[in-house]
Amino acid sequence: MKNKIDTSPVLKIKDLKKSFGDNHVLNGFTMELFEGENLVIMGKSGSGKSVMIKCLVGLMESDSGDIEIMGKDIHQLERNELDNLRTKIGFLFQGSALYDSMTVRENLEFPLRKNKEKLKQKDALVLEALENVGLTDAIDLMPVELSGGMKRRVALARAIILKPKIIIYDEPTTGLDPITAKEIIELMREIQQKQGTSSLIITHDVDCARVTANRMILLIDGINYAEGTFQKLVTSTDKKIQAFFK
Amino acid sequence: MMKLLQIPNNLKAFLIEIGDLAYFAGRFFKEAFSRPFEFKELVRQCYIIGNRSLVLVGVTGFILGLVFTLQSRPTLMEFGAESWMPSMVSISIVREIGPMIIALICAGRISSGIGAELGSMRVTEQIDAMEVSGTNPFKYLVVTRIMATTLMVPLLIIFGDAIALYGSAIVENLKGDVSYQLYFNKIFNALKFSDLIPATIKSIFFGLAIGLVGTYKGYYCKKGTAGVGEASNTAVVYTSMLLFVIDFIAVFLADIFFEI
Repeated sequence: MKNKIDTSPVLKIKDLKKSFGDNHVLNGFTMELFEGENLVIMGKSGSGKSVMIKCLVGLMESDSGDIEIMGKDIHQLERNELDNLRTKIGFLFQGSALYDSMTVRENLEFPLRKNKEKLKQKDALVLEALENVGLTDAIDLMPVELSGGMKRRVALARAIILKPKIIIYDEPTTGLDPITAKEIIELMREIQQKQGTSSLIITHDVDCARVTANRMILLIDGINYAEGTFQKLVTSTDKKIQAFFK
Repeated sequence: MMKLLQIPNNLKAFLIEIGDLAYFAGRFFKEAFSRPFEFKELVRQCYIIGNRSLVLVGVTGFILGLVFTLQSRPTLMEFGAESWMPSMVSISIVREIGPMIIALICAGRISSGIGAELGSMRVTEQIDAMEVSGTNPFKYLVVTRIMATTLMVPLLIIFGDAIALYGSAIVENLKGDVSYQLYFNKIFNALKFSDLIPATIKSIFFGLAIGLVGTYKGYYCKKGTAGVGEASNTAVVYTSMLLFVIDFIAVFLADIFFEI
């Protein structure tokens, strides 16, 4: 996928380490995400992809290493500052993570509650976000009334409602049928092109990586084992790399 | 010798759990009095907890009053002491039986509900989603629920006590031909502030315990969907245990300060 990429990093991770007892999940993972870039991180199940993004947004504490988002070291931030920074990051969860006691409208309004300016235009913003994912008819439905694909779309609408600079996708196509997965990938592309966001995509779906990636990192044994374009990695002769594309 | 000195794993886990719960309670008090306040969610939770428990508490209270009076009547009659019935029933219900039974009912209804709700939100990453959207989930989910139970459980207990006394009055009216007016006059003559105040203070702590344990178990729920059931179940068990401990302390303190 081709899009305009700036050379300034919006997100930097340096030498990130995280262990659970004797299980060393991340062993010095390092990466940079540039403005306007789609970076795909691939790794086997249990390779530490989700742990890495949880450390990234402060949901989990890393053992050591530096994380810098838009020039700010997240370990130095106060709770309020971290919350403010989080509003500039959209997060699409693997299981959608819609609030099941709220309607679609309330789900989308939820991230706006801290921003008084945006709260005033909440109706317009909710409609715009739902239009972007093609689900305006579902506005008053409860999450339980939505299909898996619709849930993922609503979750995507919720992730983009604050017009974030970075969107983190955690396994965006997992659990979806191939057609719905394609639709979600297409939506991710559209949103990226419309809003010019930087995207960090965690996946093990090769199709998703092929369509969305400007650059890829393979996370193996807790480190960035290989890095490059999809084309470069897919033609690699390294057996560990080949295993991903078989 | 070393083996004898070692703390058994179960006891160790229990002590760690108590420590974690104390830390959780400390965090609640810290966050409850700092801005921003989640008033809208607090009102919603008060409505959910109060309104949805009203019928259950009412029915329980009514049956409690009926049964208690029916069971006590023959014994009092044996001693020719039926006229003591209103005093005995009202003091027993207001001081001890009403708050305790209704708090246990609330533990089953509210604490397990909160445990299951927050537990399911935890395992489906809804709490994480709140956190990454810049909202403090502890304030939004935990503080509001604990405050709501602390406010609503005492009101539910007062309501349940009143219904229990009404149930008792019905029995006395049907079996002993005592008019409602006379029965309630006797009740109000028998009850003193030293009966009401400790019971009300105790109810506030019951509410706090119900909210605290329910939210604690749900908020730190693990092990997927099985963990949700476990959170709900252990919330009821721990809350019930804690209610008895609080009751013991409350009776002990009331004995010192109110000379009951």
